[in-house]
Amino acid sequence: MAQMTLVQAITSTLAHEMERDSRVVCLGEDVGLNGGVFRVTDGLQKRFGKDRVIDTPLSESGIMGASIGLAIAGMRPIPEIQFEGFLGPAYDQLVNHAARFRNRTRGTVTVPMTVRVPVGGGIHAPEFHSDSPEAIYTHNPGLKVVMPGTPTDAKGLLLSAIRDPDPVVFFEPKRVYRSFREEVPDEEYTIPIGKAKVVSEGTDVTVISWGASVFQCLAAMDELPEDVSAELIDLRTIHPMDSEAVVASVEKTGRAVVVQEAPRLCSVASEVAALIQERCFLRLHAPVQRVTGFDTIMPYAKLENDYLPDAKRVGEAIRQVLAY
Amino acid sequence: MPIRTVYQATIEHTQILDERGVLDPALSKPGTPGILTDEQVLHLYERMLEARAVDERAFVLQRSNRMYTYPQNKGQEAAALGSGFAMRRGTDWIVPCYRENAAMVMHGMPWHHIYLHWMGDERGNVVPPGVRVMPIAVPIGTQMLHATGIAWAAKLRREDAVVITYFGDGATSEGDFHEALNFAATFGVPAIFFCQNNQWAISVPRETQTASETIAQKGLGYGAACQQVDGNDLFAVHKAVYDARERARAGGGVTIIEAMTYRLGDHTTADDARRYRDQAEVEAWQARDPILRTRVYLESKGLWDAQRQRAGEERAKAFATEVVRAAEGIAPPKPEEMFDHLYAEMPPELRLQRDTKRTSSLGQDPSQAGLRSEPQRA
Repeated sequence: MAQMTLVQAITSTLAHEMERDSRVVCLGEDVGLNGGVFRVTDGLQKRFGKDRVIDTPLSESGIMGASIGLAIAGMRPIPEIQFEGFLGPAYDQLVNHAARFRNRTRGTVTVPMTVRVPVGGGIHAPEFHSDSPEAIYTHNPGLKVVMPGTPTDAKGLLLSAIRDPDPVVFFEPKRVYRSFREEVPDEEYTIPIGKAKVVSEGTDVTVISWGASVFQCLAAMDELPEDVSAELIDLRTIHPMDSEAVVASVEKTGRAVVVQEAPRLCSVASEVAALIQERCFLRLHAPVQRVTGFDTIMPYAKLENDYLPDAKRVGEAIRQVLAY
Repeated sequence: MPIRTVYQATIEHTQILDERGVLDPALSKPGTPGILTDEQVLHLYERMLEARAVDERAFVLQRSNRMYTYPQNKGQEAAALGSGFAMRRGTDWIVPCYRENAAMVMHGMPWHHIYLHWMGDERGNVVPPGVRVMPIAVPIGTQMLHATGIAWAAKLRREDAVVITYFGDGATSEGDFHEALNFAATFGVPAIFFCQNNQWAISVPRETQTASETIAQKGLGYGAACQQVDGNDLFAVHKAVYDARERARAGGGVTIIEAMTYRLGDHTTADDARRYRDQAEVEAWQARDPILRTRVYLESKGLWDAQRQRAGEERAKAFATEVVRAAEGIAPPKPEEMFDHLYAEMPPELRLQRDTKRTSSLGQDPSQAGLRSEPQRA
């Protein structure tokens, strides 16, 4: 067991899989010599060579489209898009091509690739560097979307993603990159895509979140009165969502609060709320609450903490559903 | 020297078989690599007749509601077949858009799959085992990046494979064209970018598409080898791709070839080109029809005549009838198929939609909606 940050867990997992499978290549802007702007691929080019950790031209559609071709022809590419805000130029290749090839060729052309993307706000980054677009890639069929919130989950989910026969968008919450360390098992293990995690068990209210927001939820739960028993679920995989874990928990508690950084409108939180009303209607003691970013453009750094759901807003929502 | 020339280039246009069906003696000297033999030209001429017959039959099918929108390939048969013939079947890759059907078929995509695609059936995109032909790409220019990636994989895996990708003049205005060429040339991958410059992108003429004198010269900015050829000249097209393929295999990297041709039909069956182009222009290009030119050449060599032409056309028509039969003989797709190939492993929620054909949980499985035999509040 070693103490690792999220960044270190991802770096060591990439190295592990590159060692194991010669088809795996990492490519993207600054991922080679520089080790990536967040140093996630640090040292990998030195270890595996320039043919496997590849500095590309500054060209997101190029990175995504060429990775699709690499995957089709038998490689296991891991393209990095430097920040989620730059997925825009690669959107067409990701959504209209990577996501569709299996279906449109009835399984004869497939795209096994893992798109690594740092995601979310809270690090005072410039504009276009702090968004949470997971709903966009969930809404579009054909992709899998994961967002691990801890180093241990990141290792297990990244191995599953790289070995998955379909394209996976692997969102890495940058606020968590170096925020804490934890013991990460040395041995190889996978965490199945599509399985949520009960972070803490409880009986009065279910809090559902993913990515960096999980830690705001934990902070909010620390402030609750001692007689309140809250259950926290980290979805870990956005799509396909672990509906059963959500339903099982809300069936037990009868109350739900969904927390995300992304804007509320047509979001993953909206989907979770709809799922709960469809499946747990008669068990509910209170309407489902969504604690989300506002339906505005993600503000620049000075206002980002006013935008991002914090422990206070999460705590208020929990108290509201308990008092309903 | 305060001012010096740091870069100079020329773009060559090659024609080997001229409009009168006469071969250039110097360029076609026996023993020149990549020059088609009489036997090969005869073979390709029969394929041209087939391609034209299948294409014209598709138009008829569309007009009689047996096919949805179809983009005719008519007039571009030399470009498709001359280029496809220079590639090695089963080893090299064909990454098409949608106006080089004959090249796809030459490399193993069944003709009736192309019909099925335009009949609104995904099974037309099924790639048979061992075939290295990507399915038809409808959005403009996106396939060039896939070609770059496939060629890149070949290089990384040290496979002796070359990739050819097809696109039109309009596609060169798309960002993906530039990103694909830039990646391909920068990483020195074995790829051939084959532009069918058919002068029109639906209603937008070539001059409105770009102020560049040629499409070929766009490759200069990326460090690619650049060439323009007469796209209705089977010999010139084949020779250019043959040379580009040899260059790629020798590690010489990327070539862009601009084949000057003409879309004799409408953009698709949903288009009416009379709205935007002169009949005189169309007639001038009809006189340069690649099938006509190849036929005149074969006749001049005593390899073809009117009687063989009649027989050849009959064979091609019968061939088209077989393609129609194959495409229409396939049972309609089942609704389940839209679910079955989205992921390698079907997610549970998708399976529920598949099995119940419903998108609301109410009415699917009562327990899923929280409804018990004895409803009770928790």
